[in-house]
Amino acid sequence: MQYQFLGIGYLTWITFLPILGMIVVLLIPRANTNAMKWTALGATILQLVFAALIWVNFNPALTGINDVSKFQFVEQTTWINLQGAGWFGHVVVQYFLGIDGLSLPMVILTSLISFVGVIASWNINKAQKGYFALYLLLDTGMMGVFVALDMFLFYVFWEIMLLPMYFLIGIWGGPRREYAAIKFFLYTLFGSVLILLVMLGLYFSVSIKDPVTGQMTHTFNMLAMMNPANYDPNSLLGGIGTYWRDVAFIALFIGFAIKVPIFPFHTWLPDAHVEAPTAISVILAGVLLKMGTYGFLRISFPIFPDAMLKYAFPLAILGFINIVYGALCAMAQTDFKKMIAYSSISHMGVVLLGIAAMNTQGVSGGVLQMFNHGVVTAMLFLVVGVIYDRAHTRGLDDFGGLANQMPVYTGIMTVAFFAAIGLPGLSEFVSEMLSYLGAFQTFQWVAIFASIGILLTAGYMLWALQRVFLGQLPEKWKGLPDVNGRELVAFVPLMIVVILLGIFPSILLHPMNASLNHLVDFVHKVGTGLSAAK
Amino acid sequence: MAQTIYESFGYVLPETMLSIFFVLTLLTALVGKKRSKYLPAYMALLGLVLAGIFVFRQIGVDELVFSGMYAVDPFSWFFKVIFLVTGVLIILFSLQSRELEAVSTKYPEYFSLILALTIGAFFMAGSSNLLMMYLSLELVSISSYILSGFTKENARADEASLKYVIYGAFSSGLMLYGISLIYGLTGETNLYAMNQALAVGSIPRITILLAVILMLVGLGYKISAVPFHFWTPDVYEGAPITVTAFLSVTSKAAGFAMLMRFFKIGFVDVTAVPAMAGMWAIFKGFNWTDIIAVLSVLTMTVGNLVAIWQSNMKRLLAYSSIAHAGYILMGFVTLTDQGMSAILLYFVAYLLMNLGAFYVVMLIANKYHTENVEDYRGLGYRSPYAAFALTVFLFSLTGIPPTFGFIGKFYLFSALISTNYIWLAIVGVINSVVSLYYYAKVVRYMYLVEPVEKSRVEFDFGSNLLMTLLVVPNIALMLYFTPILSWAQYSVTMFGLH
Repeated sequence: MQYQFLGIGYLTWITFLPILGMIVVLLIPRANTNAMKWTALGATILQLVFAALIWVNFNPALTGINDVSKFQFVEQTTWINLQGAGWFGHVVVQYFLGIDGLSLPMVILTSLISFVGVIASWNINKAQKGYFALYLLLDTGMMGVFVALDMFLFYVFWEIMLLPMYFLIGIWGGPRREYAAIKFFLYTLFGSVLILLVMLGLYFSVSIKDPVTGQMTHTFNMLAMMNPANYDPNSLLGGIGTYWRDVAFIALFIGFAIKVPIFPFHTWLPDAHVEAPTAISVILAGVLLKMGTYGFLRISFPIFPDAMLKYAFPLAILGFINIVYGALCAMAQTDFKKMIAYSSISHMGVVLLGIAAMNTQGVSGGVLQMFNHGVVTAMLFLVVGVIYDRAHTRGLDDFGGLANQMPVYTGIMTVAFFAAIGLPGLSEFVSEMLSYLGAFQTFQWVAIFASIGILLTAGYMLWALQRVFLGQLPEKWKGLPDVNGRELVAFVPLMIVVILLGIFPSILLHPMNASLNHLVDFVHKVGTGLSAAK
Repeated sequence: MAQTIYESFGYVLPETMLSIFFVLTLLTALVGKKRSKYLPAYMALLGLVLAGIFVFRQIGVDELVFSGMYAVDPFSWFFKVIFLVTGVLIILFSLQSRELEAVSTKYPEYFSLILALTIGAFFMAGSSNLLMMYLSLELVSISSYILSGFTKENARADEASLKYVIYGAFSSGLMLYGISLIYGLTGETNLYAMNQALAVGSIPRITILLAVILMLVGLGYKISAVPFHFWTPDVYEGAPITVTAFLSVTSKAAGFAMLMRFFKIGFVDVTAVPAMAGMWAIFKGFNWTDIIAVLSVLTMTVGNLVAIWQSNMKRLLAYSSIAHAGYILMGFVTLTDQGMSAILLYFVAYLLMNLGAFYVVMLIANKYHTENVEDYRGLGYRSPYAAFALTVFLFSLTGIPPTFGFIGKFYLFSALISTNYIWLAIVGVINSVVSLYYYAKVVRYMYLVEPVEKSRVEFDFGSNLLMTLLVVPNIALMLYFTPILSWAQYSVTMFGLH
């Protein structure tokens, strides 16, 4: 097999490197906190190296989505293989990893954000051992979600993230951390059990021929679930556009929507974001939210194309609500961090609007927006973290005139804010434009109304900028130091990405293109094919 | 079928061994006092190990012995292993229990009663005759009455024991009434013969319905299904922790084993092909599974909802164990082999996580002298390893990866989905989300709340080792559960089916 290091595939490395780091961290004596930080940093840097290797070796011509031969860096071995006792229960679970143009940006994003997150965690001053161990476990969970192609494996990675996240918010978070942590936990667990049920329904509906024995077996293989021919005719989710297929689609939708989060399942997000420590907010907004939309594209849409086409319009409406509602809420906030949190809801609405359009522009825009929002929002949360570390307050109205006091900081924040507004030349402009463009083709009026969101975003972002940086500097902030070297290390890579992707977006769009085109094609062909056959 | 009594004895060697050691353990009271107060414990352990060897030699045996009284089949074999492992762990726990230390002069009685309960559980798992069922049930019950009131200086333990006796006597009386009705209708006490009688005869449906419901009362009491659960919280709270842990696994598993055998052997239409399709065919026109389904929904919902308000760890775990009985009943609703194997798998998980949780609670009670959830504050900083272990057990009970509890739940739900009990599966998953709240509450106190005192409290090597022995399979079996699952699938075979 190609692309191996020490006999183990790249994807296994990139997924389980953090676990190795975690074990090392756990073995380090309690007092030696520097060693823990450097171990975590080392693990994430190595992860970044693997991500770079994967990006370099990635073949943009291959489509992936539903065809295993078009996936790259594939690793497929049997994890659980139970022959069963004859009359029932042949169980096969595969350790099946692979990436295509849809997961590639997410893999890169995860490595990048995890690396930045470690730097942002540098001055954690409580129970560092637990913190970095959990952080690295979280990292593995996130990466695993984006590379898993077996649904059971996907689910396990999806759930593994919950525990570290609960503790990271609950132990190292702000004053209302306990409430935020349990709320996050309950919401996401509720979402994931719905995913679990749909997964089981799919498992019992799909059967493929075992390549060795030739007998028909049920499977968790996502790619097999995408092929309508594999469904048993009388099974629960077999057939075309049936009641249960709609139910399953909606259940899956709720499961993923909680993660995105899509209105009305969003209420955990402001709490979790505000209470989480800076690095964890970065991870939450930068990576975790993308899992929801990734789930739509990887699982919901290709497996239930008929239902997807049927519900495309409601999805677009929800996208619209997210955009406008998120922006309006953001505008009303006086807490800096809460404003950013609501802006995430608004920006994820753009993703939803784009992918609901189900055309090349919309989906490419959506996926690119997932990446760009990850980077930009990470910057925004870091920006908040910097000011909070110094002033111990996040009130937008508490500041003023910081531009003179912290010029470098002001520069960074301006870049981040303008990227979030979608200024041409910065990354989010391209992705938002593509998303709206795609949406305009399919849902003209929804797109037109949703574009109010752009205006609102500019409104609250510029207003916040004004309140923090312009005007009179209050007496008590006269001593605030500017951004230090460590913080710059976190900001600079993100800024480079933001500007680079603003000027030259095709470095990311190009490798995505073949896969996303195929995805759009596939959903339309299979979806309408199924509906026509009905 | 081994017909003669002499032949039959060859099949009950584990039970015989346990009975011999029951007596020997009791006799240590006469000889052992000078040497070591732990002698009875070692004696009981030896008995369990020797019985284990005989059980091990019964792999694959599928026989009906003592003229159809008792089945030695893979199904009962599976449960026997569960009982033995539980027994060994409980004895090891008991040696460290501070509550029991106070009554150490009565160790011989205590450990011999543990063996007696185990013998009863063995017989419950294998009984295929109504009278035998009743007798073994009583053996388990009477042993547990005494055990739960064992620390009799403790008023709460006395109350627990008395409540247990009254509830137990009442429900076993009802069960006996059910048995007598069945006997009156069919003229048989043997389950296989009863099955045939039901299949051919024209028996009044309403009477048999009543009889079965009466049987369900008796069995429901044993597995603490709602609404027969009222004794559970009081007994679990009042009894010594080791006894609570023991009851929560062995007594419940034995109850389930008997429940499954009674319904599968008694009411399955053996002529139908395949066997699972003929389930309940005897009661045409009445959907029996709905009764069990309602029982299951009630049990898990009440268990989970009430658990949320508990502040005593033992009480919390008591309600949690009621909820788990509800989950397990979900597997029974399907009545398919898949549902049965899911139940068996779940019991392995339940043993590991529930005993683990009780063990840590006991260790904490030993050192911190409290069972109150609020006193667990800051435990994650004061006793990091115990807190970590308890966290693993609690999340395993919730059923979140990467723990074995997840696999257990996963298989229960998959059995439901494959038989199209979607609504029940939805109720089940919502219940596990609810359960997260109270399990996480304990975790919250341990990690999220700052401790009042900062001093560290460490446990000795033996305790840490035992915790590790329970933590490791809770995680490792999630990563690789093939052997347990194949064992569970193999063990759904009961004598006379398939």
